[in-house]
Amino acid sequence: MIRETYLNALTLGLFVLIPAWALFADEPFTITLMTRAAIFAIAAIGLNIALGIGGLVSLGHAVFFGIGGYAMGILAYHAQTYTALAEWPVLIDGTKSMPIIWLVAVLVSSLAALVIGALSLRTAGVYFIMITLAFGQMFFFFTISWAEYGGEDGLSIYVRNGFPGLNTLAPIQFYGLCFVILCLVLLFTWRLSKSPFGLALNAARQAPVRVETVGLDPTRLKLVAFVISGAITGLAGALFADLNRFVSPTMFSWQTSGEIMIFLILGGVGRLYGPVVGALAFVALEHWLGGLSDYWHIYLGILLLLIVLFGRGGLIGLASGKEAVHD
Amino acid sequence: MSFLLLIEQVLNGLQFGIMLFLMAAGLTLIFGVMGLINLAHGSLYMIGAFCAAAVAAATGSFLLGLVAALAGAAAAGALVELVVIRRLYDKDHLDQVLATFALILIFSEGTRWVFGSFPLFLDVPDFLSGPVTLPGGIEYPLYRLTLIVIGLLVALGLYMLISRTRLGIQIRAGENDREMIAALGIDIARLYTIVFALGAALAGLAGALVGAIQSVQVGMGEPVLILAFVVIVIGGIGSIKGALVGAVLVGLTDTLGGIFLPEALKLFLDPSTATSVGSSLASMAIYILMAAVLILRPAGLFGARA
Repeated sequence: MIRETYLNALTLGLFVLIPAWALFADEPFTITLMTRAAIFAIAAIGLNIALGIGGLVSLGHAVFFGIGGYAMGILAYHAQTYTALAEWPVLIDGTKSMPIIWLVAVLVSSLAALVIGALSLRTAGVYFIMITLAFGQMFFFFTISWAEYGGEDGLSIYVRNGFPGLNTLAPIQFYGLCFVILCLVLLFTWRLSKSPFGLALNAARQAPVRVETVGLDPTRLKLVAFVISGAITGLAGALFADLNRFVSPTMFSWQTSGEIMIFLILGGVGRLYGPVVGALAFVALEHWLGGLSDYWHIYLGILLLLIVLFGRGGLIGLASGKEAVHD
Repeated sequence: MSFLLLIEQVLNGLQFGIMLFLMAAGLTLIFGVMGLINLAHGSLYMIGAFCAAAVAAATGSFLLGLVAALAGAAAAGALVELVVIRRLYDKDHLDQVLATFALILIFSEGTRWVFGSFPLFLDVPDFLSGPVTLPGGIEYPLYRLTLIVIGLLVALGLYMLISRTRLGIQIRAGENDREMIAALGIDIARLYTIVFALGAALAGLAGALVGAIQSVQVGMGEPVLILAFVVIVIGGIGSIKGALVGAVLVGLTDTLGGIFLPEALKLFLDPSTATSVGSSLASMAIYILMAAVLILRPAGLFGARA
């Protein structure tokens, strides 16, 4: 049994050591895999705020992941074709600058989360799961029939977008950028969970009636959490699209929502590092099992089933011997 | 847009809805009695279709294929219930979603492993192929009409089963108070297995019947599964009547929306924009319908509890 703090430090250490090794061994593919893991971790950290702290089982987080992706795709598409995104009321051009793309991704996905959250939070339990799924499907079918931006085929971007002072085409530099964002998001989530808002949200999940009697509105707390959660997953979507230089409606599919949830469960729900461990484990499994057999989803399915049935608390729970989160 | 075309599209929508009902009835029964969200229901639909295609190809008999679909899906359902599902009844919805998502991965890849990635084909039998002339001179495929009739017969059969038989009484009692019926000496574990196998058989039947008009392939179950969820959420989870009404509503909205929304928009927009906007609105229409129902009636049209 390892103490959870050591395990967390070890995980973060792997995110530094593996790419450093890959850089010296000249294995750019490993760096790309680690970038994938870091981005998945950010997406799952987003879901963790809604699901882990707020108790909102959203099967529609692909909406925000996809919005982030399309924010990048659309802005970069207009920049590379030298066409204006909008000419009225003000002239808006596309852009190849990552910070602007991120800002747009975060703003649009927060707005989407605000609307979806406000409507979905009228329901609870199974109905909440289903209505978030339905919103995901709405966006999925909308992008499929959005012929202007590639429809079912999606959009390809020729050159990765730029970040001031960095050469994002070098895998290690883009990885570094994603890793720094991952650390910042982790820091933010940690501060958030200790803040008065985070504590109130935690209480709203565990005892909504008590929270209400002390004068707080559980629905509003959950809505704010849902918006923050959507914004972070949207940022991850923009990074993911930039990693692949490609966006398609698949980012909106309900399997994507399921996968983001798997990262979280694999690592451990409600734990700060749960999504990070889960995303790393998922990418490692995908790589190794995918190399062993074309049917690696069978093994992933069996592993997931075992974790749900017997290993409450995910991989961190198993390794640290503590089922629930103690902090 | 002629009247005949309208009738034909309404029948298509009805046929689609009735097939959705076969899926949704099992889902809603399983949720109502056991309180379980079963994402793997689409896999049982796929298993039914594959059993039917394999047996029909081997024996040349469509009817034997249907029997195989019912038996295969029911057996797979019973097996999954005994091995995995019964461990999930006491867990929360998140665990149920994840465990049954894991089952989808296992079933889909397992089927791909056994049958390969290429679709199988299941032909409409000779005695059901060809069109039939309905009163009013409407020509309609006999097979699709048969699907509507089979679906309605199943709905009637389910109604009789639930309202008139001993098993039905136990199912209704199980929905209301499972501890009490266990205390009264009903073997609740056996009842759960039977209900799950029944739902699985209905899904397998739907898969086999639809498999004859579409191709039988891995992943065929998931789109139908999501629509079936939309159906039961609209109808109210746990209500068979709600599932029937919801299924017909979704079937008609989807089919008619795809035809009429682009036409209707042509009144305001130029034809090419109208076609693209209309078709995107049509594919979103059922989800918009569902969101609207949930926002107005958070427990669905016929839902008793939230």
